Amino acid sequence: MAYSDKVVDHYSNPRNVGSFTKDTPGVGTGLVGAPECGDVMKLQIRVNLETGVIEDAKFKTFGCGSAIASSSLATEWLKGKTVDEAAKIKNTDIVNELKLPPVKIHCSVLAEDAIKAALADYKDKHAAQAEAGATAK
Amino acid sequence: MALKFPIFMDSQSTTPCDPRVVEAMLPYFTEKFGHPASRNHPFGWEAEAAVDRAREQLAALVGARDPKELVFTSGGTESINLALKGVTEMYREKGNHVVTTVIEQRAGLDVCKRLERQGVDVTYVPVQPDGMVDVEEVRKAITDRTILISVMFANNEVGTIQDVAAIGKLAKDKGIIFHTDATQAVGKVPVNVEAMGIDLLSCTAHLMYGPKGVGALYVRRKGPRVRIAPMIDGGGHERGMRSGTLPVPLIVGFGKAAELARQEMDTESARLRALRDRLQDKILSSLDEAFLNGHPERRLPHNLNVSFAYVEGESVLMGLNKDSALSSGSACTSATLEPSYVISALGASAELAHSSIRFSLHRFSTEEEVDFVANKMIEVVKRLRDMSPLYELAKEGVDLKSIQWKAD
Repeated sequence: MAYSDKVVDHYSNPRNVGSFTKDTPGVGTGLVGAPECGDVMKLQIRVNLETGVIEDAKFKTFGCGSAIASSSLATEWLKGKTVDEAAKIKNTDIVNELKLPPVKIHCSVLAEDAIKAALADYKDKHAAQAEAGATAK
Repeated sequence: MALKFPIFMDSQSTTPCDPRVVEAMLPYFTEKFGHPASRNHPFGWEAEAAVDRAREQLAALVGARDPKELVFTSGGTESINLALKGVTEMYREKGNHVVTTVIEQRAGLDVCKRLERQGVDVTYVPVQPDGMVDVEEVRKAITDRTILISVMFANNEVGTIQDVAAIGKLAKDKGIIFHTDATQAVGKVPVNVEAMGIDLLSCTAHLMYGPKGVGALYVRRKGPRVRIAPMIDGGGHERGMRSGTLPVPLIVGFGKAAELARQEMDTESARLRALRDRLQDKILSSLDEAFLNGHPERRLPHNLNVSFAYVEGESVLMGLNKDSALSSGSACTSATLEPSYVISALGASAELAHSSIRFSLHRFSTEEEVDFVANKMIEVVKRLRDMSPLYELAKEGVDLKSIQWKAD
């Protein structure tokens, strides 16, 4: 199958590969997919607790070229967005940007799942931290 | 020698024609264009003589006693269809049970599925982790209704070579017809229908440096005389088993390819085995958690199949496909979107099936190509592991099986 230039570019020069320490304040981690299905994405955001803006994002992906490209693109888009804005990223946006063929749409779905999982993890932890902070006061 | 790109290392999907094969074929497109069934003029005689000669060349390669035992078809898939459907139809009175294996190539499995829908019982014998079929398992699967045993000679993905002679002997003892899909083996390793007790054998030209579009089915004539119902009716060509005008140029090319394979097999297989071992040693000594799939010794000399844990096969190929052609058992590279059923049948986890890469060398492979692909493969796998969450988790000592994965 021939890939779009954008998929090849993200595969060859993936943006934001790496990891944050999970328990750093403001970090949310999403781990989605399954090894036996052939794709696993770990997507992390680091949110400024004051402003609610995603200051940094990182990913690691086990999967095909389109899965790598989808998660790489997702980290690019997440940076600079508020948590609420980030929640609006749709898998179809990724499909259109990377011109994914129908058989690769599940890669974009997984990337959206990864974003949602990272945001949910951030919100859980943030709530817990806020609660802990309130109790300390 | 300067490398020429892209490097072809996918010879178990197809091979280039040997230039000597093409040279032999060419006159049969133009000046020697006769129909071999034209019995009454020189054009027909010339074409018939060319087909007879090709039949002899192929018979010599597979050890057939009589060249007439070879029926030309359009390729391996047709031969397998003809063997399985032809036997089950012809011997319907005698029984309705077929014994085969879980690692047959798609054609074999798909024909069996169709036969099942038509009321034939099929037993799919499992394989051991090294890809070998246990002959005892075949014996246990046999019933008094079994009319056919069909076991592939050498596997198209992992290259494991079955103990064909032992299965042939078992079939003979039980009076059951034995078919082997030898598309990957003929011309590469010694095949002898007499010594191995093979009653039906499928082979194809394009995997042995011949042209695409021609194959053959060996059908034993004596001890026992095997009969098959034809799938294609028409002019009664090929002793009534396969009608249709014979593609003389392709058949001439197939014959020439068979002759070359017979003459050069010993030196060629030794050379390819050395190159394959070099490729294997380089890769396995440079990467941790890279696993050889298939039998370490009993396999085709030009085949290497390795699973690279924590990286997915299609992404590996993507890192190489600008300059080399390989294949993977990953779901993303298959039409069915399922990971390789062959690697899975060896008992490997689905994850390792997704991570498998097949390297297959050929007559024109060079040491420089092997070194280039090995180095590039090592580089790509390392790069992808650096971005693999599974590799990271494994290095942290996390047991991947302990994680509750949310499958989509």
